[in-house]
Amino acid sequence: MAVALILVVVALGSVLFHLVSPWWWTPIASNWRFIDDTIIITFWITGLVFVAVVLFMAYCIYRFRHEKGRTAAYEPENKRLEWWLTGVTGVGVAAMLAPGLFVWNQFITVPEDATDIEVVGQQWQWSYRLPGADGKLGMADTRNVSADNPLGLKRDDPNGQDDIIIEGGELRLPVGKPVKALLRSIDVLHNFYVPEFRAKMDMVPGQVSYFWLTPTRTGTFEILCAELCGVGHPHMRGTVMVQTEQEYLAWMQEQSERTFARLSAPD
Amino acid sequence: MVDVPLGPAGVIPPAEVEDMELYHPHSWVTKYVFSQDAKVIAIQYSATALGVGLVALVLSWLMRLQLGFPGVFSFIDANAYYQYITMHGMMMVVYVLTALFLGGFGNYLIPLMIGARDMVFPYANMLSFWLYLLAVLVLMASFFVPGGPTGAGWTLYPPQAIMTGTPGGQDWGIILMLVSLMIFIVGFTMGGLNYVVTVLQARARGMTLMRMPLTVWGIFTASFMALLAFPALFVGAVMMLFDRVLGTSFFMPAIVEMGQPLERGGGSPLLFQHLFWFFGHPEVYIVALPAFGIVSDLISTHARRNIFGYRMMVWAILIIGALSFVVWAHHMYVSGMNPYFGFFFATTTLIIAVPTAIKVYNWILTLWRGDIHLNVPMLFALGFIVTFVNGGLTGLFLGNVVVDVPLSDTMFVVAHFHMVMGVAPILVIFGAIYHWYPKVTGRMLNDALGKLHFWVTFLGAYAIFFPMHYLGLMGVPRRYHEMGGMAFVPPSAQTLNAFITVVALVVGFVQLLFVFNLIWSLRHGRPAGGNPWRATTLEWQTPETPPPHGNWGKELPVVYRWAYDYSVPGADQDFVPQNQASITRAAPEPAS
Repeated sequence: MAVALILVVVALGSVLFHLVSPWWWTPIASNWRFIDDTIIITFWITGLVFVAVVLFMAYCIYRFRHEKGRTAAYEPENKRLEWWLTGVTGVGVAAMLAPGLFVWNQFITVPEDATDIEVVGQQWQWSYRLPGADGKLGMADTRNVSADNPLGLKRDDPNGQDDIIIEGGELRLPVGKPVKALLRSIDVLHNFYVPEFRAKMDMVPGQVSYFWLTPTRTGTFEILCAELCGVGHPHMRGTVMVQTEQEYLAWMQEQSERTFARLSAPD
Repeated sequence: MVDVPLGPAGVIPPAEVEDMELYHPHSWVTKYVFSQDAKVIAIQYSATALGVGLVALVLSWLMRLQLGFPGVFSFIDANAYYQYITMHGMMMVVYVLTALFLGGFGNYLIPLMIGARDMVFPYANMLSFWLYLLAVLVLMASFFVPGGPTGAGWTLYPPQAIMTGTPGGQDWGIILMLVSLMIFIVGFTMGGLNYVVTVLQARARGMTLMRMPLTVWGIFTASFMALLAFPALFVGAVMMLFDRVLGTSFFMPAIVEMGQPLERGGGSPLLFQHLFWFFGHPEVYIVALPAFGIVSDLISTHARRNIFGYRMMVWAILIIGALSFVVWAHHMYVSGMNPYFGFFFATTTLIIAVPTAIKVYNWILTLWRGDIHLNVPMLFALGFIVTFVNGGLTGLFLGNVVVDVPLSDTMFVVAHFHMVMGVAPILVIFGAIYHWYPKVTGRMLNDALGKLHFWVTFLGAYAIFFPMHYLGLMGVPRRYHEMGGMAFVPPSAQTLNAFITVVALVVGFVQLLFVFNLIWSLRHGRPAGGNPWRATTLEWQTPETPPPHGNWGKELPVVYRWAYDYSVPGADQDFVPQNQASITRAAPEPAS
C-alpha cells in the first residue's frame, strides 16, 4: 500500500514540479520557435507515457500485492495486446520524429539571403569577423596564425580587405535579418551557444561548421561555450547585441572607417 | 507452455563423465587468488568494481560540493573539478558498470544458469580478471603522478585531451588513462569471448536458447556487442596515444596552442568522436541489456508470475543490440559533422524506442495479475522501472535531432544519462546483489537495512536528477565548475544546486550502509538455504549452497522447461524448477 502510494506521489509530484518550478527556458530571441514547439509536443507525449506507466505500476502493486491465497495468473503471451502496444508506441514515436525532422530540415537549410558572419573560438575568448561592403569574408587558415594575425587571415585575399574584425568586443546583429554563422576554432573544440537563440554548434579546428538564425528581438544576450575546452571553459563568455537595423548600420559605418584607417596606415 | 513437451531431453541420461576432478583447485592460492573458477573470478571482479565505485562516489561528492557551494572548498579548483568529472565518468561507465555486469554477474550467473560446470576457457577467464585489476591500478596511479589524472572529460575529445589547457594533457594523466583503457579492453576480450562461447557451447542438455533465462540473454548479447564495440575505442586510444607520445596527427589538424602554431596537421578531431561513440553508444546498451535481463528475472520471480511475452523480450534484446550499432552519431548532432546525418541517426534512434518500450510494457504486464512480494530485490526492480522509463523518455528529446540542439551539452544531458544509465542500472545491480547474495554466501542480507537503502537511494536519486533536467532546459551548460553569474539564470538555480548536493551526500552515505550490510551479513545474516526465493532457474537448484567448484556435484542438470514456470495451474508449488521433469514433484519419471 505504502509502496503504491509513494509511486503515485512520484508520478504526480513530477508533473506538479514541471508545472510550478521556476526553472524554464529563457524567452526566445530567434526564429527557432519551432524547436520550442517540438519540445512541448515531446513533453506532452513523454509526460503522458510516464504518468500512465507509473500509475499502472502503482495500481498493480496495490491490487496484486501478495496476500494469503493469491495466485498469479499464468499467461506466457498475449500476442494481440503486444502488437497493439507496439503499434501505439510506433505512432507516438512517429508523432515526435516527424515534426522533429521537418524542423531539422529548416535548421540546416540556410536561406539564400543570409549574411555570412564568422565566429572564431580560441582558449578562452571569442572573436568575430563581419563582411564589409562586398558582403564576402576573406579566406583564413589556422596555419597563418601569428602574433599580429591572431585569426590567421589570408592577407592578400581581395574579399578580406574590408572585413571587420572584432577581438574581445561584442558581436552585433541586426534584428530580423537571417545570419549564417560560420564557426571556426584555431585550437580545441568550442561551441557557440546563445541560450535565447536555441541554436548551438561545435567549432572544430581544421574545419568550418555553421548554423543559421534570424534574431527576432533586440537585446543583449550572453554567449557561452558549450563544449569542454580546458580549464577556462566556464569563463569563455561573450556578448551578442541584437540591434535595430539603423543602429546596426551606424555602428557598421563606424567600424568600416576604423578598419579602413587601420589598413591604410603605414606599417 | 504448461507442460513443455519433453522431446529428446527427457530420455537422455545425465552426463556420465566424472569430470569433477578437473575442477578441484589444488592449493589455497589457486582456489582464492589465481582462481580459474568463474564464481571466484566473479567475486574478485565484483569486489574490485565496488571498490572503484566507492572512489567514483567520493569524486561525485567532491564535484557536487563545488557545484552546490562554489568557492567554499578552496582545494576544488577548476583543474581538480575537471579531473573529478573525468575520472568519475570513466570509472563508473567502464570500470564499474561494465565490469560488474559482465565480469561480475556474467561470470557468476552464466555457468550456473545454463547448467555448466564453469566457463569454457577458465585460464583466459582468470587472465581477464588480472588484466582488469592491472587496468584499475594503472588508472588509480594517475592520481599520484605529476599533473594528476586527465581532466579531458570522460569522452576524452582531442585535441584538448592532449594539450596544455587541459589537466593531465601534457603530463602523465592522459597517457595512463589511454593505457589503462587498452589493458581493460584486452582483459575484457578474454572474458567476453568466454561468456559468448560458454553460452553457445556449454549449455546443459535441454537448455535450448529459447529456454534460457533473460539474464543470460542480456549478458550474452551485451558481451557479443562489447566484443564488436570495444575495438573501436581501442583503436581510438592507440591513435591518441601516438598523437600524444610520438607526435603523429591522427586527430590533430593544423592547430595553435596558447598562441603558438604546432607542427601538426591533416588530422581530424571528428574521427575520434566517431570512433569513441561507435564504442560509446553500444556501451550504453552493454550496460542496459544485462540490467534488462536481470530485472526481468527479479520481477518474474518476486511477482510469482511468468515473464510476460518471453519471445518478444528475447527479440527485443537482439533488435536493440543490433540497432545500437547504427545510432552512435546521435551524440554528435552539434559536433559539426555533416548535418544531413541527422535525419538518419534521429530515425534509427527513435526506432530503438519501440523495442525498448515493449520491454517496459512486458515488465509491468508481468506485475499485472501477479502475486507481488514486495521484498528488497523487487523494490529495486520497481525503482529501476520508474527511473529507466523517466530517463528513457528524456532520451526521446535528445535523440530527436532538432530538439537536441538547444539541450545538448547542458545539464539536461547530465540528468538524462545519469537517470537512464547511472541510477537505473545501479538499482538493478543492488536488486541483483540482494537477490543472489544468498546463493553466493549462503546467508540473507539484512532486510531492514535493505529497505532503508532502497528508499533513500531511489527517492534520493530521483530528487537529484529529476530537477536537474530543468537547469539544462533553462540553458545551464554541463562541465561548468561554476555557473558564474549567467544573466539568464535566476539565483534560485543556485539554491537548487545546493539542494541537489545535500541529497547527493545523503544518498552517498547510505551506500556505506549497504557495504556494511554486505560485510555484516557474511557472518550474521539469516541462513538462506538453497532456494530462498523459491525460484525456477538452475542456479537455485545446485546440490550445495554456496555452489562448490564444478557447481553440480556428480551429475549435470537436465533442463525440461523454460525459466518462467511460476504459478503453473495444477502444479503442487507456485514454481517449477527448470530441471524438474513434471509440474508435480512426486510425479514418476516420464515415460519415453
